[in-house]
Amino acid sequence: MEKFTSHTGIGVPLRQSNVDTDQIIPAVFLKRVTRTGFEDALFSSWRKDESFILNQEPFNRGSVLVAGPDFGTGSSREHAVWALKDYGFRVVLSSRFADIFRGNSGKQGLLAAVVAQDDVELIWKELENHPGTQITVDLESKTVTCGNLVAPFEIDDYTRWRLLEGLDDIGLTLQHEDEIAAYEAKRPSFKPTTLPVRN
Amino acid sequence: MGRTLAEKVWDAHVVRKGEAGQPDLLYIDLHLVHEVTSPQAFEGLRLAGRPLRRRDLTVATEDHNTPTLDIDRPIADPTSRTQIETLRANCKEFGVRLHPLGDKEQGIVHVVGPQLGLTQPGLTIVCGDSHTSTHGAFGALAMGIGTSEVEHVMATQTLPLKPFKTMAITVEGKLRPGVSSKDIILAVIAKIGTGGGQGYVLEYRGSAIRALSMEARMTICNMSIEAGARAGMVAPDETTYAFMKGRPHAPQGEEWDAAVEYWNTLHTDDDAVFDAEVFLDANELEPFVTWGTNPGQGVSLSQSVPDPDSFADENAKAAARRALTYMDLAPGTPMKDIRVDTVFLGSCTNSRLEDLRAAAEIIRGRQKDPNVRMLVVPGSARVRLEAEAEGLDQVFKDFGAEWRFAGCSMCLGMNPDQLAPGERCASTSNRNFEGRQGKGGRTHLVSPVVAAATAIRGTLSSPSDLGAVPAAAGTSGHSA
Repeated sequence: MEKFTSHTGIGVPLRQSNVDTDQIIPAVFLKRVTRTGFEDALFSSWRKDESFILNQEPFNRGSVLVAGPDFGTGSSREHAVWALKDYGFRVVLSSRFADIFRGNSGKQGLLAAVVAQDDVELIWKELENHPGTQITVDLESKTVTCGNLVAPFEIDDYTRWRLLEGLDDIGLTLQHEDEIAAYEAKRPSFKPTTLPVRN
Repeated sequence: MGRTLAEKVWDAHVVRKGEAGQPDLLYIDLHLVHEVTSPQAFEGLRLAGRPLRRRDLTVATEDHNTPTLDIDRPIADPTSRTQIETLRANCKEFGVRLHPLGDKEQGIVHVVGPQLGLTQPGLTIVCGDSHTSTHGAFGALAMGIGTSEVEHVMATQTLPLKPFKTMAITVEGKLRPGVSSKDIILAVIAKIGTGGGQGYVLEYRGSAIRALSMEARMTICNMSIEAGARAGMVAPDETTYAFMKGRPHAPQGEEWDAAVEYWNTLHTDDDAVFDAEVFLDANELEPFVTWGTNPGQGVSLSQSVPDPDSFADENAKAAARRALTYMDLAPGTPMKDIRVDTVFLGSCTNSRLEDLRAAAEIIRGRQKDPNVRMLVVPGSARVRLEAEAEGLDQVFKDFGAEWRFAGCSMCLGMNPDQLAPGERCASTSNRNFEGRQGKGGRTHLVSPVVAAATAIRGTLSSPSDLGAVPAAAGTSGHSA
């Protein structure tokens, strides 16, 4: 995974709560078997509306999405994260993320930063009053800078460390292969196995 | 201090305790796989040259893309067909047990696991699907995961996880006739909101929960994710054991006895403390239905569409306004005046034999509203066979409903079963998101018996709105 330390880019105000993953990427796009090439799928229903924020200059060149509370609810589809990244987003700011979406983001190097709703409201105003305003998100200091506003954000320490170092989870876990094997050796025999098939 | 059910299951699976804010490494007992969220994970293993660690703890089925008509013909949509073929090739290459379309154990992954007896108390169960929470009904810790985590489990049979908080959802009392477990969970979500369970594992308890069948408990745990929770659980009891006993992969003989002895320890201790508690009175509950575009936007069926200005929070107001525009509903409209075009009985929430029986009992001897189409999609090929053995297929066909093959179907419309733009649906599924059941489609989440009553009257209805069954139909084997 690519390291993430700091990012600066155009902020996109998305004044909506409960942006579920079916909106971020409708199910019809989940039929693909690849991990990339989802940029056209991002918010595809909403993008058919000309007034949608991503159809407006300069927001169509944005890379920091600023959304309402409960972003990424619903389906576990990691495609939602892939679509945001493929479009060009590196950061999503919200006062609350759905657990699975936040986890998926952390695995893929998309920073899901939790910002207080009062600060989200201030950032929305700034972005609407001055379209094209750049937002800087610094993972070292855990701060968001937008115009004159400098706000803190929250992220769990483990995800932050992995993002800063660009570490791959599977590689980290396999360093403890001996402990996994030791655990397996003492699992109770009544636990089920899928093989051999029983009818 | 005592421990909660969730904490007991967690503790029993810690391979390695996380130090200094690091997550615990948890062992995963069962990994369920389907065609949509696995291809990129298999590809990841291949690219890294990693083997699948435990194919004997992995099982796959085809459900999201599968057609519910003409299943003996090639899948018409080439991208759906490619995804199914990719799963088949991957399962062959990595030696994964697969129940493909046409197999008698094929079906929605969350119906298949319990049906095979693979879903058991005290297990950790994951799947690349958010409704994996369903399996918590057995006292398992069951979570939906993303594709990166699917690959992680394939490679290591573990997941690094941060401990969750625990929330007790206590439901006391007795449900009235016509009120079901779907109404309980819709009421819970309306009460705590779509983010209310975020960071928590929910444990459903109380006399009303204990009285529920396994199918009904699965419906509740299934929708825990709709309250934002990572998992939902019910402590195992005699109802659980009776459901499991004799299923193909349930323990047998001495193993069964050893398992039951362990399972009996899987309950929250009297002196355990939950991080949060919510109470619900089952006696007061009415059939519940959603009016908006998230599962928290629901009311009792006897109530009206709310006025967005009645919400205190500005975000909730804005969300309600947007939802009513999308749903084409005016504030103050009685829910029972809302006319639907389609009724969908199916999905991992409500497609089990008990759900089909409950709906069939309502429609038996009655006529469908001629302007309504009704789709009945059993959760698995086995459920379909069992329903046919009881003659339920004939009840649905006589009523004018379409009797389909098993799969996720119109819950998310990845196969041809979709709503047309503007079409309105009473659906026993789990999500009323914009466009979920088809672009521009409008969804009202309901229980199976409300779905059945709605198909009869054409407007959102409860079984208590129906008159007596016409006498002429009384010969068709109706039982009271």
